[in-house]
Amino acid sequence: MGEAIVITSGKGGVGKTTTTANIGTALALMEKKVCLIDTDIGLRNLDVIMGLENRIIYDIVDVIEERCKLGQALIKDKRFDDLTLLPAAQTSDKSAVTTEGMKKIIQELKQTYDYIIIDCPAGIEQGFQNAIAGADKAIVITTPEKSSVRDADRIVGLLENEAIDPPKMVINRIRNHMIKNGDMLDIDDIMQILSIDLIGIVIDDDAVIKASNNGEPVALQGSSKASVAYRNIARRMLGETVPLQSLENEKGMFQRVKKFFRLGS
Amino acid sequence: MNINVLEENQSITIKGTKDGLTLFINDRGSFEDVMKELGDKLSEYNPKKDEPVVPMTVKLGDRYINERQKQQLRELIGGKNRFTIDFFDSNVIHRDEALTWKENSDVKVINRMVRSGQVLENVGDLLLIGDVNPGGRVVTTGNVFIMGNLFGIAHAGSNGDREAIIAASYMKPSQLRIADYISRAPDYETEGVYMECGLIDEGQDKIVIDRLQVLSHKRKGISGFERRILNG
Repeated sequence: MGEAIVITSGKGGVGKTTTTANIGTALALMEKKVCLIDTDIGLRNLDVIMGLENRIIYDIVDVIEERCKLGQALIKDKRFDDLTLLPAAQTSDKSAVTTEGMKKIIQELKQTYDYIIIDCPAGIEQGFQNAIAGADKAIVITTPEKSSVRDADRIVGLLENEAIDPPKMVINRIRNHMIKNGDMLDIDDIMQILSIDLIGIVIDDDAVIKASNNGEPVALQGSSKASVAYRNIARRMLGETVPLQSLENEKGMFQRVKKFFRLGS
Repeated sequence: MNINVLEENQSITIKGTKDGLTLFINDRGSFEDVMKELGDKLSEYNPKKDEPVVPMTVKLGDRYINERQKQQLRELIGGKNRFTIDFFDSNVIHRDEALTWKENSDVKVINRMVRSGQVLENVGDLLLIGDVNPGGRVVTTGNVFIMGNLFGIAHAGSNGDREAIIAASYMKPSQLRIADYISRAPDYETEGVYMECGLIDEGQDKIVIDRLQVLSHKRKGISGFERRILNG
């Protein structure tokens, strides 16, 4: 029996889809069976980032409206046999999906897959409700900006009313030099406001944009900082204890250990 | 005009003060007798049409009267007699009323976080153990005490109690509201304050933030129950 995890943020443009693609890829790298679901009906992106756009024949709305079987709509990844994508529809709107329909699909997928990662649309309307309907866990993405932390706080509040475990948080797009200058919220500030567990931090990395444009999740490219960060998140999801990445380019062992004891989860 | 002599068989007394008239109703004897006696007494009095309406306080002693009886009194005293009852004062209250008092003056302890978009509404005093995040709101009819950070909006005395206060371990609120007063954070970035409270300063006619220690002399009856007892 697998686990369904929704990736959400409230605010748009903080990196939900990128995170979904990369966590999914990283889990697949660790030989887990993973299915990604794009619930952003009408504005699908996950297929583009995964580089699977041209393989879509059926989508999630076709499954819900029973024009095809669930298995027919799933798209196998180019690189991993155990990674699949259930794409969103581009032509319908969010009302085409119901919470019951989502629950049914996720229940069915849980039989086969270890992890079902659900990419949530921005906002808190029907699309959000659909995305969280079948989820067991949630990961809230935020960036070190006030507006995105505010929206993440709202989302955490909304998730409290659902039958979902307390959400974990990923802080995305960290720019170390701005935090150092005090121009950006630092990790402690964000943790104090949201007071939920941190599961990873991702540094703002040009490699992410480049990889997305090539339809190749950055998690596959060994050396970049963001790539390591996403793989670390996946390892923590599997229960490993991995210290947080240092923000500095070079940092002594002592400080790493210190960071680990302070924030390691 | 002072009719202060209480005869044994007399159940009502009317006394004039500078704020108007006070009607004392003896708490012995039946309500019907009182109404009859009052009717007789008032029939001796024939005011002219253009006389001003005199406000009257009714003191009931240890007598309890219900809404219907209050209405009867209002009809008898008001009407052509050019009196108006502005207050019934009794030493006795109904159990329902007492329960409402208690509800309004109890300190409700709540242990949670109030996040953006959430509103925590309460009756009486509120002790919140947790934070109020930016965009979150707590509203109560009594005082607000927060053991935690206040970043959002706190509204004390939401039914119009201007004596209510807002206290927090750390406050950097976006707005403080007490009764019908509102104050907001300045437009420039400020540091928050530890262990302070917001209260209405009548002199300045606005909400001020001050050290918690000032409460001991500025708000002596901080408990809602005491305030109700003292003010009726």
